[in-house]
Amino acid sequence: MYKIVKKEFLTPIICLMDVEAPRLAAAAQPGQFLIVRAREQGERIPLTICDYNRKNGTVTIVTQIVGASSRLICHLEEGDCFTDLVGPLGIPSEFVNWKDEEFAGKKFLFVAGGLGTAPVYPQVKYLHSKGAYVDVIMGARNSDLLIFEKEMREVCDNLYICTDDGSKGVKGFVTDMIDKIMLDGNTYDQAVAIGPMVMMKFTTLTMKKYNVPLTVSLNTIMVDGTGMCGACRVTVGGKTRFACVEGPEFDAYQVDFDEAMRRQSMYREFEIEADHKCKLGLHE
Amino acid sequence: MKAKMARVPVREQDPKVRATNFDEVCYGYNAEEAQAEASRCINCKNPKCVTQCPVSIKIPQFIEQIKLGNIAEAAHIIAEDNSLPAVCGRVCPQESQCEGVCILGIKGEPVAIGKLERFVADWSRKNGVKCVETAPSNGTKVAIVGSGPAGLACASDLAKLGYEVTIFEVLHKAGGVLQYGIPEFRLPKEEVVEAEIDNVCALGVKIETNVVVGRTITVDELFDKENFKAVFIGSGAGLPKFMGIPGENLNGVFSANEFLTRSNLMGAYSGETDTPIYTGTKVAVVGGGNVAMDAARTALRLGAVTTIVYRRTEKELPARVEEVHHAKEEGIDFRMLTNPVEILGNDNGWVTGLKCIKMELGEPDDSGRRRPVPVAGSEFDIEADVVIMALGTSPNPLIANTTVGLDTNRYGCIIADDLGATSRPGVFAGGDAVTGAATVILAMGAGRKAAAAIDEYLKK
Repeated sequence: MYKIVKKEFLTPIICLMDVEAPRLAAAAQPGQFLIVRAREQGERIPLTICDYNRKNGTVTIVTQIVGASSRLICHLEEGDCFTDLVGPLGIPSEFVNWKDEEFAGKKFLFVAGGLGTAPVYPQVKYLHSKGAYVDVIMGARNSDLLIFEKEMREVCDNLYICTDDGSKGVKGFVTDMIDKIMLDGNTYDQAVAIGPMVMMKFTTLTMKKYNVPLTVSLNTIMVDGTGMCGACRVTVGGKTRFACVEGPEFDAYQVDFDEAMRRQSMYREFEIEADHKCKLGLHE
Repeated sequence: MKAKMARVPVREQDPKVRATNFDEVCYGYNAEEAQAEASRCINCKNPKCVTQCPVSIKIPQFIEQIKLGNIAEAAHIIAEDNSLPAVCGRVCPQESQCEGVCILGIKGEPVAIGKLERFVADWSRKNGVKCVETAPSNGTKVAIVGSGPAGLACASDLAKLGYEVTIFEVLHKAGGVLQYGIPEFRLPKEEVVEAEIDNVCALGVKIETNVVVGRTITVDELFDKENFKAVFIGSGAGLPKFMGIPGENLNGVFSANEFLTRSNLMGAYSGETDTPIYTGTKVAVVGGGNVAMDAARTALRLGAVTTIVYRRTEKELPARVEEVHHAKEEGIDFRMLTNPVEILGNDNGWVTGLKCIKMELGEPDDSGRRRPVPVAGSEFDIEADVVIMALGTSPNPLIANTTVGLDTNRYGCIIADDLGATSRPGVFAGGDAVTGAATVILAMGAGRKAAAAIDEYLKK
């Protein structure tokens, strides 16, 4: 069992937890994810690893309430346990293999959409600690979905915030912000976008204009997360790839986002039904 | 003459009824039936059955004890060689192993060795017979990767020899393919699989779930940080194959692994767990092995009209005859000499059917089976809203990729000698991870051989 040692609601619908998982904490790298089960009859839910503390043997996960299973996770309290927690899964970000001297002078742009801020944070933190230059765009529908502003500010060079409704930062989409920054004359060696599939799709279309290499992290449907089921298959560069073991990070310009979005919606009917039942059961 | 007596038939659930539930198909023998069937064994001086058993169970000896009514003794005899008898009694292809060479089979029907093994195991479980004799601990730690048949067999033998064995399992439940692959109606999970794994643990074997060897911890770290003196890799063949035809990524196309994992491991078949399973109304299963039968029979039980599409003829079906027979009885439609060339979909990206081509058998290929060749111009469509690909699996490359000096062949299988030794000293491997997808019992045989080899290696 994997004990929750800290729980905090970052916004009314986004919850942060530190969970005891010493083996996982010792092995986790930026770019990887984990899978949790909140209870014995629960689903296996892939979540990004938001942070890890090797000394305390804990990992940090961030969950947004979007359906029945995420609601269950967010109803667990400090002292409660996850039935299962496994990872780290997936291939770490490419820069994890770089030598220390390779980071100096490298300029990164991160584009984080909504909960995508959670997996972006450990990457930015890692790059910052190695001396790279990192700018971050954080976008969300509204200020209730913005997280980690303070933490992110501490580990990046420039932080740009935008919301669809203008409730925080500049009013507009992350793609508008990208245009603005690039037209201001900024240049980057590498960009990384993590967020909802549709946000990654449009970020890819926008970034392509500026000829900056772009990596995306795909949050596909998964069951085992170890290459066994193939639920996560995506078309990248015309080939079928398994996001769980060959990703989750891919070259954005090669990804078939329309297929990925369609596949991600495969169980939507079940999700809606489950969410109704869950709300009734939990007396929201 | 006893030998001429016909085989005692085994009771089964009515096909019409069982097609709507997930209860076990076969009820197995009761004590009376088992004794009657055991009495057919003529106790050959040179029992051929034993030579065909991958784990070399002392078959005539245990059957003799059933004849005498000493079921607990029979259980102890089996336990010397097989740690999962209730599993093997259910899923081994006895017809091509022990029973395939039974002398009685020449003129009549062979002794029902598998059903007798199952009877002994089930009786022992219900009557609390424990077979937990082990040597005193020698304090030497051995790590096993994967808690499927190979790993469990290897772990049992090593524990009996006194080793301190820890199995690392990537999933949240132990059992590997017994847990995620084989359905409840063939292999009950709680009653059979979990009970037999508990017996392995009773030998002192520890199982740590949720550990991805290669990610959570590497093979090298097992040696260097955790003081294991040898490692056995029994990580199976988990990667599903697809055909590479157009439309394979449409919504509603699943690997058999995904469909069965949702149903079995995640319990979706019961309707009482959170994991969804999409069955549709018309399911086409592509493939002809045991996994194809399992997927088709699961889909049928979940309410779909189900068709199996296979490119050769019924004679070449790799599935066990018993499974094919059961599938037909339950009402599954078999389309032989049929090969999909494209998966058809609608504007929303959901499956609507399979475009197939008729096949005919040509000259024998390398495997000796006649090669199926397409009949030109014979394309036709099969309607389906779910397509399940059951085309086989290959080993997961993760461990080989993260273990320096561990060699694999071009199919991704770990290279190991007959005793399981790999290119890395102290690292042994066996089962599907070495051979590619095969049977439970072959994996167990490989696990046992490797256990003996590990013992030799550590004694040096």
